[in-house]
Amino acid sequence: MATQQSLDIKRSSATTTPQPSVRESVEVAKLIDVSRCIGCKACQAACLEWNDLREEVGFNTGVYENPHDLSENSWTLMRYSEVEEDDGHLEWLIRKDGCMHCEDPGCLKACPAPGAIVQYSNGIVDFISENCIGCGYCVKGCPFNIPRISKNDRKAYKCTLCSDRVAVGQGPACVKACPTQAISFGTKEDMTEWAGHRIADLKERGYENAGLYDPQGVGGTHVMYVLKHADRPEIYSNLPKDPHISSLVEAWKGWPKPVALAGLGLTALLGFFHYVTAGPNEVDEDDEDKGKRTLEQNGR
Amino acid sequence: MKPRTGTVSRYTAGARANHWLNAIILILLALSGMSFFHPALFFLSGLFGGGVWARILHPWMGVALIFTFAGLFIRFWRYNIWNKSDTQWLNRIRDVLAARDENLPEVGRYNAGQKLVFWLMTIGILALFASGIVLWESQFGDTFSIVQKRIAAVVHASAAVVIIGVWIIHLYAAIWVKGSVRAMTRGSVTGGWAWKHHRKWLREEAAKGHK
Repeated sequence: MATQQSLDIKRSSATTTPQPSVRESVEVAKLIDVSRCIGCKACQAACLEWNDLREEVGFNTGVYENPHDLSENSWTLMRYSEVEEDDGHLEWLIRKDGCMHCEDPGCLKACPAPGAIVQYSNGIVDFISENCIGCGYCVKGCPFNIPRISKNDRKAYKCTLCSDRVAVGQGPACVKACPTQAISFGTKEDMTEWAGHRIADLKERGYENAGLYDPQGVGGTHVMYVLKHADRPEIYSNLPKDPHISSLVEAWKGWPKPVALAGLGLTALLGFFHYVTAGPNEVDEDDEDKGKRTLEQNGR
Repeated sequence: MKPRTGTVSRYTAGARANHWLNAIILILLALSGMSFFHPALFFLSGLFGGGVWARILHPWMGVALIFTFAGLFIRFWRYNIWNKSDTQWLNRIRDVLAARDENLPEVGRYNAGQKLVFWLMTIGILALFASGIVLWESQFGDTFSIVQKRIAAVVHASAAVVIIGVWIIHLYAAIWVKGSVRAMTRGSVTGGWAWKHHRKWLREEAAKGHK
C-alpha cells in the first residue's frame, strides 16, 4: 500500500486510534462570495486543468449548467437558479458547488476503508484514492451530495481543495482563476473577517439578509459562502439550510456498532460458559434402549 | 441409502449438500461483510484479496446465497410451522437449557428453537438481500436515492447482526446437543437421540416403517 506520509492528520476514516498529528497547521478556508460571481466558469476550467481531468463533451438542454451535475471529473460546478421574488423582480443566482470540507465530515464517518478519507489539521478533507475500495458509503454519508463514483475505476472523487497546492503554500486553482475575486482563500479566521466586510457592504446596499454560510450542523465548513439571502440558502440551487450528518448515518456508524459487536461476542461467550457449566446434552443408554424399542415395535 | 439398524434417516444427501453450500456462502458473506462493519474487523477483507475484492465479491455471494437458501426454504418450510406446543416449549426455555427434558412437551421434527432459527434466517436473509441490492453501488448506484441507500445501510447492518447472532445460537446448539451434527454430516441420527429430542418425530418415522 502506498503511503501518504503526513504529520498533520486530524482524522482518518475507519481508524479508531490517534493519527500522526504532531504538526498542527492553521485552519484554512475558501470563501465564495456569491454576490461577486459572474458565472464565467473559469473556476471549473481551472479545476479540470490543474487536476488534469477531462469532462466529456456534453449537450445543451437549455440551461447554463455544463456539465449537468458534478462527476468524477468535474469536482466543481456552477449552478444557476432563477428566483422570482415577491415584488416581481428576478434574481439570477449562481453558486459554485463542490465539496464543503466539513469540520465533521459525513463521508469520513461513513467510510469503511482505513485511511481512504483523511482530514488534515488545516481542515481539508481529502480522498486517498489508493485506499478507496469503491463501496460508495461516502455518497451516503455526505450531507451535500458531493462525492461521485467513477464508472471506470469505481473510486470516489471530489474537490481536494487543491490539497497538493495548499501543502506548498499555494491557493486553490479555482481561486487563482477567478477574474472577479469572488473566490478567496486564506486562514479560516481571515476569511470569516473578510466575509464580515463583504456582508456589511451588502447590507448597506439593501440586502438586509446577507450573511455567511458556515453551517454549524456539520461543525462549520472550510468552504464558506457569502450569500445575499443567507436566510434562504435553499434558493441557491438547494443549498441545505441546516445540513448535518443524517441520523440514519449516525445510527449506522455510531455507538450501535460496537454495542452490536459486543452483543455478538457476549452471545458466543455465554454459549461457551453454558457448555462448561451445564455440560453437554448427551443421549444416555436408557434413551437408546427406548429409541430402539420404538423403532423395533414398528418393524424397523 | 437405507439407514443402519437403530438409526433414523433425517436428511437426504441433497439436503445435506444444500445446507453446507448455504453454510459456506453464509460464512464467507459474514466474513467479508464484517470487514466493512467495523474498522477493527477490516483485516478480514484480506481473506478475499483486499478491500476492493471483498467489496466486489460480497454482493455476488449474496446473490448465490438467495438460491441456496431458497433450496433450504423449499425443503424445510412445512416442518417449521409454529404450533401450540412450540409456545409451551419456548416458555420452558430454562428447562431446555438445563436439559430437563422430562418437563418439555414432546417435540416433532423441529423444536421451537430450531423453528425460530429457520424463520429468523428467512426474514433476515430477505432483508439483507433487499437492502443489499440498494447498497450495490456498481450495479444499482444510479437506481436508488441517497435516502433510500442510507435506510438500506441501517437495515443491512441490523439484519446482519441478527443473522450472525442466530448463527451463533444455531452453531452452539449443534455443539451442545451431542449426536446432532451427524444428522447433517451422515444424514441419520440414532434412535436414542430421536427419542430424547424429537420423540413425536421418532414415532411418526417408526410408524412409516410399518407400512
